[in-house]
Amino acid sequence: MGAPVVTQDAPALPPPRLKGRGTPLRERFFRLGLWASLAVGVVFLAGLLLYVVVEAWPRLDSRIWSNFPDIIDPTNAGAQSAIMGTLWVIAFTAVYCLPTGILAAIYLEEYADPDRWWNKVIEINIQNLAAVPSIVYGILGLGVISRGLGFGQTVLTASLTLSLLVLPIVIIASREAIRAVPQSIRQASLALGATQWQTIWRQVLPAAVPGMATGSILALSRAIGEAAPLLLLGGLTFITFNPTGIQSEFTVLPIQIFNWISQSRAEFVALASAAIVILLVILLAMNSLAIWLRNRYARRW
Amino acid sequence: MTTPDTSGAAGGGTRTPQVSYRQARSLAEAVFEVGGLSVFYGDHEAVRDVNMSIGDRQITAMIGPSGCGKSTVLRCFNRMNDLVPTARVHGKIHYHNEDLYGREVDPIEVRRRIGMVFQKPNPFPKSIYDNIAYGPRVGGFKGNVDDLVEETLTHAALWEEVKDKLKTSALALSGGQQQRLCIARTIAVKPEVILMDEPCSSLDPIATAKIEDLMEKLAEEFTIIVVTHNMQQAARVSHRTAFFTADVDDKGERHGRLVEYDETARIFSNPSDRRTEDYISGRFG
Repeated sequence: MGAPVVTQDAPALPPPRLKGRGTPLRERFFRLGLWASLAVGVVFLAGLLLYVVVEAWPRLDSRIWSNFPDIIDPTNAGAQSAIMGTLWVIAFTAVYCLPTGILAAIYLEEYADPDRWWNKVIEINIQNLAAVPSIVYGILGLGVISRGLGFGQTVLTASLTLSLLVLPIVIIASREAIRAVPQSIRQASLALGATQWQTIWRQVLPAAVPGMATGSILALSRAIGEAAPLLLLGGLTFITFNPTGIQSEFTVLPIQIFNWISQSRAEFVALASAAIVILLVILLAMNSLAIWLRNRYARRW
Repeated sequence: MTTPDTSGAAGGGTRTPQVSYRQARSLAEAVFEVGGLSVFYGDHEAVRDVNMSIGDRQITAMIGPSGCGKSTVLRCFNRMNDLVPTARVHGKIHYHNEDLYGREVDPIEVRRRIGMVFQKPNPFPKSIYDNIAYGPRVGGFKGNVDDLVEETLTHAALWEEVKDKLKTSALALSGGQQQRLCIARTIAVKPEVILMDEPCSSLDPIATAKIEDLMEKLAEEFTIIVVTHNMQQAARVSHRTAFFTADVDDKGERHGRLVEYDETARIFSNPSDRRTEDYISGRFG
């Protein structure tokens, strides 16, 4: 207790070792593995894009969007009817599936009692519908919408079929967006004497719109790329005019591409590649819009 | 450690000699009459047999350890428990002699008269102006909204701080300002009662002091019921204090109950129940 200075006799301690042993080999391999996996995806995507653009190069000019398909003279052929058809079909798909999907999502998130068996059944079915192969929707469209309802091979039939195809995706995306709105916002609104409808319309939906828009755009860009269900609907017909309304016959880009690829002449392959480039540009534009919306309106709570 | 029962009152008095408790008015004109109130979540009785009267234009504090049901009781007063599908409320809660859970009572009307401020500041992700205007707008307010916003923010002692940024997002405010905005938003619909569910628990001491000042000022016009974990806060601001605790039954389930309800001065200096005394002297909870 009393000994005042003991430390002066103690031997000097070695300085603490602070030098690391470097990154262990295992961790280096792990990181290498991560990079390699990423590279597979990026390299293939870049290769694909490069290949398509190179193939398309001789035909990548204004003819592709100003001319109509021409089965005799490839140099004179274009994809205007397919581009316009795609825009028509996708616009009406949006008109049919967005309101339906969003309203269904509102019901499931805000009104449905999750303990009721029928709501559970609906929920499981929506999950399953999102996984159903698109060709099955084609059969449904052909059997029920085209023949059963007698809408024929029209823009209307195509957009209704595609609506059914992407409806589950729209519902799921919208539900996610609605669920991301914190419960505290709903409680604050209700505590001020707002009705449930006022709360949803004035607080929940405005806060959820960016998320719903992002999800819906991604869903629609899936619909744009779909060929299978429309092939079944008879969209493979040779169309040399733009749609003029929902009752018009139509063709769309994926089908036009399919059509040209199956021709034997090399000129048509270049033409198909050019159409692919156009399709990719439309898809990238939509996805960029989705990303922009997400970043622009991203909320912190 | 082993303080005899009898010295408790004296001990309580010496621990906080500087506090001057606020004088409670009589309960003759009670706003709420609660009798035999029990709240169930499913089969679980979260709170049992609560009896109390809430005085007009006074601050009533509800204190007690976690899980004692004080927030549950608070949420009965504006029927926020309706939002919990499994919640059931038994017993009597009369608001000016009107049964709050009566068959013809519209919870929307109840909540317009009995506002609520939550634990975590939860302004709408809109402008300060829209936060204030929201309640009156959904309630069908027809007058001049600009005037109402100014009047309300002045009332809540927030006008000077925000008058130049009314159109900016409420989320840009500090936590304390957000909470005062939430209080302002509540009084914008001109309720009679304001329920506060631990309004300061996420705030620093300075922001807390501002909220307490505001509560004191608002108590001249509004009846305030505040749930708090902070006993000093209850002692500082409230006129009456209710102490809740939880009994644990054989199955390990907690049942909240009201132990003691009295004037704050009495609860903190001379409680009549041993459990109250243990709690406020920091021996449990």
